[in-house]
Amino acid sequence: MAQTVERVSLARENPIGPGHGLGSVTDKITDIILRRPIGLGWVLGLLTALGLLGALHLAIGYLLYRGTGIWGVNIPVGWGFAIVNFVWWIGIGHAGTLISAILCLLRQPWRNSINRFAEAMTIFAVMCAGLFPLLHTGRPWLAYWMFPLPNSMGVWPQFRSPLIWDVFAVSTYATISIVFWFVGLIPDLATLRDTAKNPVIRGLFGALAMGWTGSARHWKRYESAYLLLAGLSTPLVLSVHTVVSFDFAVGIVPGWHTTIFPPYFVAGAIYSGFAMVLVLAIPIRAAYGVSDFITEKHLDFAAKVMLATGLIVGYGYLMEFFTALYGGAQYDRFLVWNRLHGPYQLAYIGLLMTNIVIPQVLWIKKIRLQPIFLFLISCVVLVGMWLERFIIVVVSLSRDFVTSSWGSYVPTIWDWMTYAGTLGLFFTLMFLFVRVLPMINMAEMKTLVPEAEVHHA
Amino acid sequence: MDSETTMSKPEAVCPGKQDDPKVKLVQLQEHLAGDDAPEYWRSLEELAGSAEFRESMHREFPKGASEWLDDVSRRGFMKLMGASVALAGLTACTKQPTEYIVPYVRQPEELIPGRPLYFASAMTLGGYANPVLVEAHEYRPTHIEGNPDHPASLGGVNIFAQASLLDMYDPDRAQYITYLGQQRSWSAFTTEIRGLMNAQKALKGAGLRILTQTISSPTLAAQIKALLEQMPEAKWHAWEPGNRDNVYAGAQMAFGQPVETQYHFDKADVILSLDGDFLSADFPGFTRYARDFAKRRNPDGEAKMNRLYVMESGATPTGMKADHRLPVLASQVEGYARALAAALGVGVSGGSFGENGKNGENGENAKWASALVADLKAAHGAAVVVTGDHQPAAVHALVHAINGALGAVGSTITYTDPVPASPLNQTGSIYELSRDIKDGKVDALFILGGNPVFDAPSNMDFAGMFKGDRVPLRVYLGSHSNETAVLCQWHVNESHFLEAWSDARAYDGTVSVVQPLIEPLYESRSPHEMLAVLMGQAGFTGPEIVKFHWLKEKTGKVAAPGDAVPADFEATWRKSLHDGMMAGSAPAPKVLAVKTAIAASAEQVAVGADTVEVNLRRDPCVYDGRFSNNGWLQELPSPMTKLTWDNAVVMGPALAKQLGIETNDVVSIEADGRYATGAVWVQAGHSDKSVTLNFGYGRERAGRTGTGAGFNVFPLRTHDAQWTIRGAKLVKKGDTFKLATTQGQQSIETPVGTRPLAREGTLAEYKQNPKFAGEMAEAPSRDNTLYANVEYKDRSWGMAIDLGACIGCNGCVVACQSENNIAVVGKDQVLRGRYMHWIRVDTYYQGDRNNPKAMYQPVPCMQCENAPCEQVCPVGATAHSTEGLNDMVYNRCVGTRYCSNNCPYKVRRFNFLRFQDLDTPQFKLMRNPNVTVRTRGVMEKCTYCVQRINQARMESEKADTPIVDGTLKTACQQGCPADAIVFGDINDKNSRVAKLKANERNYGMLADLNTRPRTTYLAAVRNPNPELESNEQAERS
Repeated sequence: MAQTVERVSLARENPIGPGHGLGSVTDKITDIILRRPIGLGWVLGLLTALGLLGALHLAIGYLLYRGTGIWGVNIPVGWGFAIVNFVWWIGIGHAGTLISAILCLLRQPWRNSINRFAEAMTIFAVMCAGLFPLLHTGRPWLAYWMFPLPNSMGVWPQFRSPLIWDVFAVSTYATISIVFWFVGLIPDLATLRDTAKNPVIRGLFGALAMGWTGSARHWKRYESAYLLLAGLSTPLVLSVHTVVSFDFAVGIVPGWHTTIFPPYFVAGAIYSGFAMVLVLAIPIRAAYGVSDFITEKHLDFAAKVMLATGLIVGYGYLMEFFTALYGGAQYDRFLVWNRLHGPYQLAYIGLLMTNIVIPQVLWIKKIRLQPIFLFLISCVVLVGMWLERFIIVVVSLSRDFVTSSWGSYVPTIWDWMTYAGTLGLFFTLMFLFVRVLPMINMAEMKTLVPEAEVHHA
Repeated sequence: MDSETTMSKPEAVCPGKQDDPKVKLVQLQEHLAGDDAPEYWRSLEELAGSAEFRESMHREFPKGASEWLDDVSRRGFMKLMGASVALAGLTACTKQPTEYIVPYVRQPEELIPGRPLYFASAMTLGGYANPVLVEAHEYRPTHIEGNPDHPASLGGVNIFAQASLLDMYDPDRAQYITYLGQQRSWSAFTTEIRGLMNAQKALKGAGLRILTQTISSPTLAAQIKALLEQMPEAKWHAWEPGNRDNVYAGAQMAFGQPVETQYHFDKADVILSLDGDFLSADFPGFTRYARDFAKRRNPDGEAKMNRLYVMESGATPTGMKADHRLPVLASQVEGYARALAAALGVGVSGGSFGENGKNGENGENAKWASALVADLKAAHGAAVVVTGDHQPAAVHALVHAINGALGAVGSTITYTDPVPASPLNQTGSIYELSRDIKDGKVDALFILGGNPVFDAPSNMDFAGMFKGDRVPLRVYLGSHSNETAVLCQWHVNESHFLEAWSDARAYDGTVSVVQPLIEPLYESRSPHEMLAVLMGQAGFTGPEIVKFHWLKEKTGKVAAPGDAVPADFEATWRKSLHDGMMAGSAPAPKVLAVKTAIAASAEQVAVGADTVEVNLRRDPCVYDGRFSNNGWLQELPSPMTKLTWDNAVVMGPALAKQLGIETNDVVSIEADGRYATGAVWVQAGHSDKSVTLNFGYGRERAGRTGTGAGFNVFPLRTHDAQWTIRGAKLVKKGDTFKLATTQGQQSIETPVGTRPLAREGTLAEYKQNPKFAGEMAEAPSRDNTLYANVEYKDRSWGMAIDLGACIGCNGCVVACQSENNIAVVGKDQVLRGRYMHWIRVDTYYQGDRNNPKAMYQPVPCMQCENAPCEQVCPVGATAHSTEGLNDMVYNRCVGTRYCSNNCPYKVRRFNFLRFQDLDTPQFKLMRNPNVTVRTRGVMEKCTYCVQRINQARMESEKADTPIVDGTLKTACQQGCPADAIVFGDINDKNSRVAKLKANERNYGMLADLNTRPRTTYLAAVRNPNPELESNEQAERS
C-alpha cells in the first residue's frame, strides 16, 4: 500500500482518489443531482426525517398554545433541554466553519472535498440551534425585543446580558455562514446550469449562478471574496462558542462561573462538529460512491482532530475539578461531589465514558481507517457532548446555593419531541441538500486533479 | 315520600333541565309574593329565580367552553387549531353590544375610587374570634389583616383568617337554596319551616334538634336559648372535630367548674409545653401568644430571654423552637406530668419519667426532668406550663395544679369563664344526638354549619343515619354543597362572615362584632337569620338581630323590626364597630383553688411491639377540612413537612427504618377494625413508635379544589379515641404515592460542609461573641469593586427578619399571596417545582434526626444592591429603582428565566403556564387592583409590596410630610403574628429596620457572593439550660 508515501506529505499529497480528471469530477458530482434516479434509501430516510419534522411542528404548536410549562423546566432548573440542545447544535455547526474557513486559510487542500457539506451542516445546525432560544422564552412572540430595534419608547436591550451577546454572535454567525456557503456555490451552480438538460432546472441554477461565466475576472473576484469571507469566518469559529459559553461563565451558579469555559467550549464544539461531519460523510460516501473524493485520509484527519479536541475537553474537565478543589469555596466543592455522587451521577459517568474514555481508541490507526468504527465512535462523541451540556445546564442549576430550593429536572415527552424534531429538521434539509446541490465543491476539487497541476518549466 | 330514592337524585339532575317554562309564571308569582322579592331585576328569569338564569350566572362560560381549562388532548388541540383558523374570519361578524360607563352621580360617603377602606371585623374559628381588619376596594374585600387595637391580635393574624377571604369568593360555594337538590326560594323554605315549627310547638319542641359548631356568639347563643325557652324539649347540640372537651373536663377535675385559661407568655421566663403546640396557628389565642412569646425570645430585649421546654409526640413548630425538646408518646405525657407535679410539690403520686433503661428513672429523661424542675422552681411566678387540646382531661388538671404550684395564676395565667356558649362537652353532646336519632326521637334536625357527615366520630355513622327517613326533616345551613348538604333535604346556602352580621368572643372573651363588608354574593343566609325563622321572627334583618341583641343587653330595651336605636347606644355601637371590639366585654379573671386529687385517665391498650400509637390532629393548613376548597391553604406548605395538597402518615426516622418504610410509601393503618390508607412522610423529630395523621383531608365533596386531595382519617376516629389511638397496626401496601413538597432539602448540611444560610447560636455564645453570625461567612468590603458604588440618597428600603422570632407559621406566605394576587398552581405543578409563593419559609433541621432542632427562615426577595438577576436579563425587565428596589417590569419580560437561574436565593417565580384564573368572575372581584395580574410566560417575584410604597410616597408628597417609620408595612410584615419581619427606610437611622440592621446578630444570607442583599437576617439565639447543654455537648463529642 501507499502508506509510506502518505506519511511523507499528507497535505500536499493529492487527497482524491487516482484516475480523476476535470471531466470525471464534474460528471460524478452533477450526476448525483441531475441524472441519478431517486433511490429507495433516500426516500425512506427523507420520510423518516419528515416525520420527525412533523413532530417538531406539533411540539412547537402545542408549546405556543400552552406555554413553556409543557416542558420539564422549573424553578430552580429554569433551563432544560432547550438550552442543552441549543449549545449542542451550535457546537456541531462549528466544524463546518472550521473546515471551510480556517483550513482554507491554512491551505489544507484535503478540505476541498468535505467543506461544502460541512458548511451545509453548519447552516442547518445553526437553524436548529436558533429555534431553541426563541422557543424557550415564555413569550416567544416578544423575543424580537432582544434585537436593538429603534422604538418610540427608547427601550433598548440590556447590553450587559450575555444573552444579547448571544443574539449578535449567533445571528452574525448564521449570516456569514450562509453568505460564505453561497459564494462558494456560485461556480458550481454555473456548472450545473451548463450541464442541466431540463430547461426549468437550468433556469433555476442559472438564476442562482448570478451570471457566472468563469472568466478570469470572475475568478479573480471570486477568489478574493472567498478569501475575505474565510478571514471573516475564522474569528467566528472562536467567538461564537466563546460567547455561548459566557451565558454560563458570566452567571454566578456554581458549575457555570468558570473562566476556563471559552476555550473548553470551543474545543468541545469542534469535537462534536467533527463527529457530526463523520456521521454525515461516512454514509454519504458509501451511498453516493464518492469515496474517491472523501477518502480514508479525510476520515483519518477528522478522527485526529476529534482526538485532539477531545483531549482538550478532557483537560477542561480536569481543570474544573482542580479549580473547585483548589479554590476551596464550599459551593464549588459541593459541585464536584454532586457530579460524582448526586442524583445525576449516571449522566456524569456516561459523560466521562463517551467523551473521554471511549474516543481514546482513536489513537489506533486501524480504527481511524475503519469507517464503521469511526461512525460509531462519532455517534458516541455526539452523545457525550450532549451529556456535557446537560451536566453543565441541568446538574448545576438543580442544586445551587440555597439547599431548600434544590430541585430536579425531568424532561417531558414534549422536550424529547422538540429535540427529535430538530434532528428531523436537520436531516430533512440534509437529505434535500445532497440531491439538489453539489455536496462536493466541484470547482475546488478540480484544483486537485492532475490536470490542474501548474507545471513549472 | 320515599326520601331514600329521591336523595340519590340531586347529583344526577342538572338544574337547568327540569325547568318547565310553564312553571315560570307560578314561580314568578310565588317569588313576588315572598318577603325576599328583589327590588330590581334584569329579566323575568332572574325575578323568577329560574334555574337557567342562575346557572348562567354561576357558570362563567357557556357549557363546554370551560372544558378547555383542563389538559388538552391531541384531538382537541387539532380541532381547536383548525376551528381557530376557519373561524378567524368570522370575528368581524359579531356586533358587540353598546355599553355605557357612568361615574358615580352621587359618590358614596368616604369612598374615593382607588383608595381602599378598612373595616374591623372578626373571623371565627373553632368558636374563637380572630379580630381582623378587612381591606376593601370599592366595597370589595381584597385583603385581611390583623386588628392592631385588639388585644387578641395586636396586628397579627393567623393563616386561616387571612385565607378566609378566598372562601368568600370561592366559585364552588352553594349559590341558592335547594330542596332535594332542586332550587327553591327562601319563602318556600320559610313557609315549610313555619308549618314545622307550629307542629313542634305543640310538642314543646320534643322532636327538634339544633346542631352547631362551637359557638361563642352572644347573639346566636341568646337566640338559641330563647328558642329553647319557647320549646323546652328541643335540644342544642354542638360538635367540632377539633373540640376542646378535654380542656373543660380537665378544668372541671381541677376546679370543679369549666374555665378558660389565658396564658401570658410575655411574663414567662420559663415555659414548659406538655404536648401543647401553642405556636401553631390553630391554637386558640395563637396570634397573641406568638407575639408575646417572640417578644421574650429576643436576647437583646429589655426583659430576660425566655426558655422553652417541650415534650411532644409529633414534630411541631413549638417543639422546633424549644431550647430543650423531648420526643415522647402522647400517651406518656400523663405519666410525665404526674411525676413533674409530684416533683414540684403538688400532692399527687404515681407517674414517672419513662419506663426503663437509658431513658428510665435514672437515665437521660430523669436528668432532663430534674434540670427542668429546678428551672421551673427558680422561675416561680414567671413560669408557665401549657398542654394541648388533645391531651386527656387528667393532664389538663395536672397542668392546672402545676401552674398553681408554680405561682403562675395571676401572673402568667388568667382563668375566666369559658368562651364558648355552646355545650362544652361536645363528644357527649353529639353522642346524645346520635342516640336520639337512633331512638327515632328527632323529627327535625337543623345543622348550622359544620360537616358532621364527614367529621363526626365514625362509630356514630352520621352518613348512615342521614339516609332514609330516620330523621324526617334535615336542614343544613352551610356554605358548600358538601357531604352533609347532600344528605339533607334542605340546604340553605350560608353567608360568609364577610357577608353577614354576627358577633363572637376572642380567646380572652372580648366581644367583637362581625360586620359584613359586602352584600351576600348569592342571597345567602346567616345562622342568625335561620334562627329568626325558627322563632317566627323573620321580620328582623341580619344587622337588626345583632344590634337589637346588644341594645337589649346594654339598655334592656326590646326593639321591633325597623326601630331606630337611641342615639347614645348608636354612638357606643359605632365605636365598637370601628374598634372591632366592645370595650370592657372581656370577662373578669377568676380566682380558683385547685383540687389536688386528680384521678388518672383510664388505662388503655399498651403499645405492643408490632403496633404503633396514632395521633390524630387537626391539619395545620386545612384545619378540620373546612378549608379544603381553599387553594391558598391547600398549596400552603405545612410548617414541618412542607407538604402541599395532601396529608400524610407522618412518622419518625426510627420507626420508618424499623418498618422498612420510606417517604411516599403507601401504608394502611388498622385500629379496632377501622382502616385508613395514606402515604408516609418521614419526619425528623417525630416520636418513635407513633404516627401522626392530620384529619380534614380526603373530602369527597369539597369542591373543585379540595375534592380528592389527601386521604380521610376520620374513619379511624371514634368518640372515645378522638386524639390518640393506641395499638394500631401499620401495614406497608407496596405501592407508592407521590407527595408534593415545596422544599428540596431540609438541611443546610452538605457532604462538604454546612452552609451558613440560616444561622443560630446559644445565648452563651452570643454573649461571648456577639458577632458570631457575621463571622460565619463574611461579606466582601463595599470598596472591593471596580464600579462606582451607587448612592441611595433619598430613601433606601430594607428588611430585617428575626430568625429567633420566626415560628414558621406561614402567616407571611398567605398575606403575600392575598396582597399580590399570587396564583395557585395545583399539586401537579408543585411536584414539578413551580409553586408561585413570593415568600417561602425554609425549614432547616439540624442535629440528631430523631430529635433535631429546626430553624425557620422566611425568604422573600433579597432586593440585592448588586443583583445578579439584573445583569443577565436581556431586555432589562428587571432593574433597580432609585430607592434600591429590584423592580420587575412584567410588561417587558420575555421569559428567558435567566434571572431565576442566576438568582442565588431562588426567589423568582415563573408563569410556566397560564396559572392565573382570569375567567372566574368572583376572582376578578377578589384581586388587589393595585397589583398587576401576571400572565403566562412572565417572571415574577417579591417587590417589597411596591404598590404600598408608591401609595405611601404619593401621600407623603401630597402632604409634604416624610413617611413615618412603621406606618408603611409590607403584607408579610403585617401578616406576621410574631413581629419577626421589619421593613423600612434604612437611610433613616432612627427607623426600626436600621436599628435592627445595626444589631450584631444581623447578617446577609450569601452576602459573601457580594450581592449586598437588602433583606438581612438576625441570627436566632437559643437559651439552653447550661446544665443540660453541657450534657448534650458531651454526648455529641
